[in-house]
Amino acid sequence: MWRGAPYPVLMVDASGVIAQANDAALVLLPGAVPGALLADAAPAWLSLAHTRVLDPAASPARGPIGPGTYEARPVPAADVVTWWLTDATDLEHATRSLRVERERTAFLDQASSELLSSLNLDRCMEVTARLAARHLADAALVILPPARRRHPVAYCGPDGVVVHEELAIDAGAVPGLAEALRGYPPLPSRWIDPGAAPGWLAREGFGEVGSLVVSALPGHGVPAGALVLLRGSGHAGFSEGEEVFARLFAARAGAAMAAARLYAEQTGITETLMRELLPPRGRDLHGVEVAARYRPSEHTARVGGDFYDLHPPAEPGQESLVVLGDVAGKGLEAAVLTGKIRHTLHALLPLAGDHQRVLELLNGVLLTGADRTRFVTLVLASVLRAGGRVRLRLTSAGHAPPLIVRGDGRVEEARTRGTLIGMLESITSVTDTVVLEPGETCLLFTDGITEAVGGPLGDEMFGEERLLDELRQCGGMPPEAIAERVEMLSAQWVGDGDHDDMAVIAITAPRGAHLSAVGGHGRGRFTA
Amino acid sequence: MTDATGFSAWRDKLWQAAVAGDEFAAADVALAALDHRIPVETLLLEIVAPVQARVGLEWEADRITVAQEHTVTAINERVLAALAHHPVARRTAAAARHAGRIAVACIDGEWHAMPARILAEVLRLRGWRVDYLGAQVPTPHLIAHLHRTVYDVVALSTSIPARLPAAHAAITACQATGTPVIVGGAAFGPDGRYARLLGADAWAPDGRAAADRLAAAPLPRPTASRQAADDLPHLDDQEYTLVSRSAGRLVREIMSGLPERVPAMAGYSEQQHRHTAEDVAHIVDFLAAALYVDDPGLFTRFLTWTTGVLTARGVPAGALLPALDLLGGLLEDFPRATALIRRGHDAVRAASAQAPPRRPPP
Repeated sequence: MWRGAPYPVLMVDASGVIAQANDAALVLLPGAVPGALLADAAPAWLSLAHTRVLDPAASPARGPIGPGTYEARPVPAADVVTWWLTDATDLEHATRSLRVERERTAFLDQASSELLSSLNLDRCMEVTARLAARHLADAALVILPPARRRHPVAYCGPDGVVVHEELAIDAGAVPGLAEALRGYPPLPSRWIDPGAAPGWLAREGFGEVGSLVVSALPGHGVPAGALVLLRGSGHAGFSEGEEVFARLFAARAGAAMAAARLYAEQTGITETLMRELLPPRGRDLHGVEVAARYRPSEHTARVGGDFYDLHPPAEPGQESLVVLGDVAGKGLEAAVLTGKIRHTLHALLPLAGDHQRVLELLNGVLLTGADRTRFVTLVLASVLRAGGRVRLRLTSAGHAPPLIVRGDGRVEEARTRGTLIGMLESITSVTDTVVLEPGETCLLFTDGITEAVGGPLGDEMFGEERLLDELRQCGGMPPEAIAERVEMLSAQWVGDGDHDDMAVIAITAPRGAHLSAVGGHGRGRFTA
Repeated sequence: MTDATGFSAWRDKLWQAAVAGDEFAAADVALAALDHRIPVETLLLEIVAPVQARVGLEWEADRITVAQEHTVTAINERVLAALAHHPVARRTAAAARHAGRIAVACIDGEWHAMPARILAEVLRLRGWRVDYLGAQVPTPHLIAHLHRTVYDVVALSTSIPARLPAAHAAITACQATGTPVIVGGAAFGPDGRYARLLGADAWAPDGRAAADRLAAAPLPRPTASRQAADDLPHLDDQEYTLVSRSAGRLVREIMSGLPERVPAMAGYSEQQHRHTAEDVAHIVDFLAAALYVDDPGLFTRFLTWTTGVLTARGVPAGALLPALDLLGGLLEDFPRATALIRRGHDAVRAASAQAPPRRPPP
């Protein structure tokens, strides 16, 4: 009955001799006549399966016969095993395609997440070269359009190590490379003669190049560069499917590199503009110690509406000018206005002997500006060291008056007040003169400190009282320590919550010795 | 004074100068140590670092004021700045083989910058190109920095266990840019267990160990990107999220319930009330952090330490128990929190039994 069965059937005895074969079996395996050895008539995988017929793990067996793939299922009886063969060619093909597709999807997924996580161009080149060399070829190069006549190149060889280089190369020497760098459609790799690859492509130690693919790295409208894949002569060339897949990868890598390039350009521009707006570092102002702290409100911004400036005297023996202020609003817009104010005040430095005059002129400048909704509160502090003491002239323009931390821990408020700047046609101000004994500090701060909201209950304001309480414990502290303490307390008060810009400046009369002068050039110390 | 035990004499001198706020004397100690041919690295690690570590211990024992604490730090910072520009330091750094490029930063909310600063100086001496980003670096600033510059590694420091969730966010964000992370600081536990838990690529107990670890072998670049929550499946129960989100409300409810249980509070000054509220807020913060890392040890170590600090100031630490009871009552639907609070209770009792007040309460 099974003779006419549509599937090949073989009966084989325990010694491996074919007892019977049906018609379909003889079509598939013409040598499988009764009496022949299975090992002679059938492929090795089938005769091996016959010897392990009792091993359930070995069943069903699968392997190639002729151009197809077959699955063989044994039905053991007393001393004969009946092998039923079914054509599994399509299944095998589908399974293999699925596996390849899965691997490619997993690879693209990994590539995307690695590429998307970085906005650094060097890093994107490195990731692209490394992934391409590991998954698509034996070695890979990422080549960018030239900058100052040199092409930035990342090379990854079979060892997985990525090298960054700047090469003066002739893109025209590699077929398809010049086109890829301009974003033209790719040349099929079969048109490229791998033997013609120059030395900077086929590196020493790589061996003979068997095949080579050049793909464009498409960017946002402009080509981001080119990807070159190399395989050694011992390996199979690139199939059409592989070339298409390499282009899919290149599309992702190119987009990531273009984004990284844009980011670098933008941050470069921002850095340049911001450099003008960043607050200066604290330093020594002709024998007066100054420490400043600044914390902008938005976590992603580095500048805001609070600002300060430290202007050393034009000539020794004259006053320095310290400015601290707070522009209405925050973020970049406010920062731009702080830049304008700082420049104006810088220009007014020669008049700093008369605070009221400086404030009037600044008021005039702000009132003529296009944006009349913007105003500023600030404190001017003219600072002069006189012997061991420091004399301060302090003027507040609508700003919280500075606090004086005396040596014994008393805290006094400077007796200065005045109109805020940029709102009214005429302004008034009262200047206070304060003398600091050695070790005493004058603290300038913005309302970001006192109006910080948080605390243990989460919704209380830090407040001036708390600031005064804390400062009473700060008598005799160096200015950095006081500024740090104040900023720390209010930042901790806020915790993870939102806060306004915070700025603090501590101006301190030195306690005698001067470390800043000790260092590279011997012990240039002086004592008051 | 240059043998191993002799460093204690240098430390004492530097301590005396720093606690007096005398930068002149402090600089003299540092320069004299260099004159005695103590290498800069040894000076940083064996003299400056221990003096800085002593600040915390002395404060705990109530032997120095907060003002002195900040002053010592400021003086130590000036000493470091002077040393960094000293010809001996510059020569050492110039002679070292180029080791790589590193960013050193403190986690957001971490103000104790000295350990990171000392590590930065040691790495410079050992040939690293160091970008020291300072204390309290918001993670978005750190990441923007990593997008602009490719570093071989980032070193992150924090001493406050309550900042571990923030540390975790920073670690995963750095790794997502493909930069490996080495962490250090007391927050990561005595054996670095939280560093492993939070997926840091390396951990070091101190500056020398960190520099040695980085010199031994480069840290591989992380490739697989992961989310912070992948490391901590226990966060699925939402206990951490709910406790940390409602921290302010929890503190307020505990503060309103406390006077009934602690009659002495009726006589508290406003400042004492404020300090109590701050203590309670810390308890809630550390409970949240312990829920985050799922380790009762984090909570009990904090309570044992707090008990010591309060006892040193003549405050009966038993007052912590009613606060814990109230907290437990508010969180009774949270099994992990409830278990932590029970362990905390035991820790406070054990610590107060061990440490009788050194001073009678005022």
